[in-house]
Amino acid sequence: MNIFLAIVLGIVFGFILQRVGAADPDKILGMLRLTDLHLAKAILTGIGVSSILLFLGLAVGLIPSSHVHVKSLYGGVLVGGLVFGLGWAISGFCPGTGVVAMGTGRKDALFFVLGGLAGAALFIVMYGPLTSTCLFHGLLGGKVTLAQAGKFKAFVGGTAGTAVAVIIGLLFIFLAAKLPKSLRNTK
Amino acid sequence: MYWNWRIGGLALGLIFFAAVALVKPIGVSTQFVILDGIIAKSFSPDIVVQDKTSKSGYSSPNPYLNKSGGKYAKSVANPWNYSFIFVLSMIVGGLLGRFFTCPEGENPFGTIPEHHRRRFGETPAFRYLLAFIGGVLVLWGSRMAGGCTSGHMMSGMMQTAISGYLFAFAVFVVAVPVSIILYKKGGKS
Repeated sequence: MNIFLAIVLGIVFGFILQRVGAADPDKILGMLRLTDLHLAKAILTGIGVSSILLFLGLAVGLIPSSHVHVKSLYGGVLVGGLVFGLGWAISGFCPGTGVVAMGTGRKDALFFVLGGLAGAALFIVMYGPLTSTCLFHGLLGGKVTLAQAGKFKAFVGGTAGTAVAVIIGLLFIFLAAKLPKSLRNTK
Repeated sequence: MYWNWRIGGLALGLIFFAAVALVKPIGVSTQFVILDGIIAKSFSPDIVVQDKTSKSGYSSPNPYLNKSGGKYAKSVANPWNYSFIFVLSMIVGGLLGRFFTCPEGENPFGTIPEHHRRRFGETPAFRYLLAFIGGVLVLWGSRMAGGCTSGHMMSGMMQTAISGYLFAFAVFVVAVPVSIILYKKGGKS
């Protein structure tokens, strides 16, 4: 059953990423250069919609709280994010969109994925020595959210938490609608 | 050519919601580690071994594959698992999407993005090099951070995870200025 869901959800997710333009490096670079915010508006809307549905679903018990998986907060999130941002700006691909772009037949995406396998391999080798640094020490208790989601630590719990999450979700959608199509008109 | 942001955003929201409602939040970058492990295993079978004392039933001499009770080691030993098949299926989704895309002007499936062509010219090899270098940095960064655009930014902020907000901030604070400088107007036309 889970494999069946993996195939269906994976195909639909890949299809949506392609149809929204996320597998097109020109759309990604347009967003990052602030000249074409189409993708930023779609991403903000997506986060808002999914977040509102998730927290309402959790509140009414429609979604098992065991499905929530919060990622830990540690110094490496900042360091990794900075390095990720550099690679994203250079290539115009991220892991998911690179895989999808490879599916559309883009040859540069194949090189991105090969580079990705090399980068992941490099990290697999480096992880051991890196554990002696403080990069992996959990901050604020590690797996922590603003609004209570599942069994994880949160700043706001209960009904108030659900309300906070819904308000943040609405803010994301509002921001998506208010964001102009472009912040810089240089092409 | 592509969906407008309202339809696209709604579709993105629904698929991220459907995944967490039915199974778990969407994530991609871990599967690069799993594929690396599968490749490594074909050269050296001892990279993952069955181990009754570990939580997952598998362990690895490599500390990263052995992390969290050997859960990565287990996925390497059993590639036919939800997360790995999910990412493989995304390739099919991309191909399917291509059939529904009516190209406008420049071919969106060409190997050189317009941004690159304008700045660095037509040589495919240099674009491949930048894509490869970008791939190294993106996946190294993802693994250091513990997730990528899907896992941290979308799924993370969907759950109001503090790690998701921090990741998004770090990514854009670098990606925006670097892309503006690297792909600035001018250069070869």
